Amino acid sequence: MIAQRVGTTALRRVAGKPNAFITANNLARSLSTSQTRPVATQKISADEARAILDKQRLQRPVSPHLDIYDKQQTWFGGSIWQRFTGSAFSGGLYAFGIAYLAAPALGWHLESSSLIAAFGALPAAVKASVKFLAAWPFVFHAFNGVRHLTLDLGYGMARQTIVKGGWYVWGASFVGGLALALFY
Amino acid sequence: MAALRSSTSALLGAAASRPALRIARAGVPAAVRGMADLASGATHSNTASGENAKLKTFQIYRWNPDQPTEKPRMQAYTLDLNKTGPMVLDALIRIKNEIDPTLTFRRSCREGICGSCAMNINGTNTLACLCRIPAEDNSELKIYPLPHTYVVKDLVPDLTQFYKQYKSIKPYLQRDTPSPDGKEYRQSKADRKKLDGLYECILCACCSTSCPSYWWNSEEYLGPAILLQSYRWLADSRDEKTLQRRDALNNSMSLYRCHTILNCTRTCPKGLNPGLAIQSIKKEMAL
Repeated sequence: MIAQRVGTTALRRVAGKPNAFITANNLARSLSTSQTRPVATQKISADEARAILDKQRLQRPVSPHLDIYDKQQTWFGGSIWQRFTGSAFSGGLYAFGIAYLAAPALGWHLESSSLIAAFGALPAAVKASVKFLAAWPFVFHAFNGVRHLTLDLGYGMARQTIVKGGWYVWGASFVGGLALALFY
Repeated sequence: MAALRSSTSALLGAAASRPALRIARAGVPAAVRGMADLASGATHSNTASGENAKLKTFQIYRWNPDQPTEKPRMQAYTLDLNKTGPMVLDALIRIKNEIDPTLTFRRSCREGICGSCAMNINGTNTLACLCRIPAEDNSELKIYPLPHTYVVKDLVPDLTQFYKQYKSIKPYLQRDTPSPDGKEYRQSKADRKKLDGLYECILCACCSTSCPSYWWNSEEYLGPAILLQSYRWLADSRDEKTLQRRDALNNSMSLYRCHTILNCTRTCPKGLNPGLAIQSIKKEMAL
């Protein structure tokens, strides 16, 4: 085994050299079985190694994630917007409910009739945009909710269907939101 | 590979091979001098190879544990694609061989079966060996380690937690009854078919580290890769501990942190469907 190694390493090294360089000195160096590497090593015990590893682990940075990951997947896959729109609506409901409770004490007028009157007095463009801002999240949440229900049943889970389905929901929710804002 | 070799020798000129370098050193530490020559040679040849050069810049995440106070940074390397293999891993190996030997990354099989070279390339997790270098545009290619992992060095993530989680699902056949013929545990063709799309997983961790839910909850949530493996044993007709396996997942964190974001299915370099496997577990648990 060792004899064989001597032979192969020597051959390998001699093969790479121009003939003129095969001097006695170089031949001797070629015949040595160990390769020289200009690095210093030191022996440490298992405990010391463990201590070095533990110290290094404490200093390791976390690799970048949300900033660098494909925005189409993390931001426009639709899943996170289901949560955003849902939170906006439940947050809005709580805010309005509490305001309605506090209204008599604070002297606010939040009854339906006064709200309708105030909204009616706005210019048409503002009316449409306010309606769109309320309608789009609603339509998105509804459409994407149905999409998530079908996904939960295991349908439409192919890779291409997932990508397409996400974009369809975005498109449909904008069309639906505009329709609600402009025609109702 | 051949192209890679020939370009190396071209860079170094006539006296290219290692032994020649050894002779030429004359007292100077060979490795140091050799690397310096290599580095300057590589940049020179890359910028000066004329109109035919197809230059591509790779922005690569660097962090060195020997200088832990230094912040992670991006380092740019420019290669001539005419002299580089087609895959991102070819480029990384060429950078390491010819420009910067300190660049650190894992690689082994270079054909998508070992899962070592999983990393984030242009925003998506994939295997560097299966990812072509996009040659049509001149934009920079960005390479990061797998997202939201502890970085050991450069592109090498610490996957200790990932492997611990894999161990926790008992990824082996569990049964008490011996086989009828005392030789093999047999199953029907239909039962065997249920394992297709599951057994091919190589545990490269691309899907788990693409999952925002796993980013925020990797302490307790198992993540897509491990759940796919979990389903591989749940779906196995020969396994007899299905109920115990389900029981282990029946809590708010292990399985149900999956919010059907489906980054996992979109990123899997092997074309598997971890999302579908998780939905199948959820369905089995519910129905």
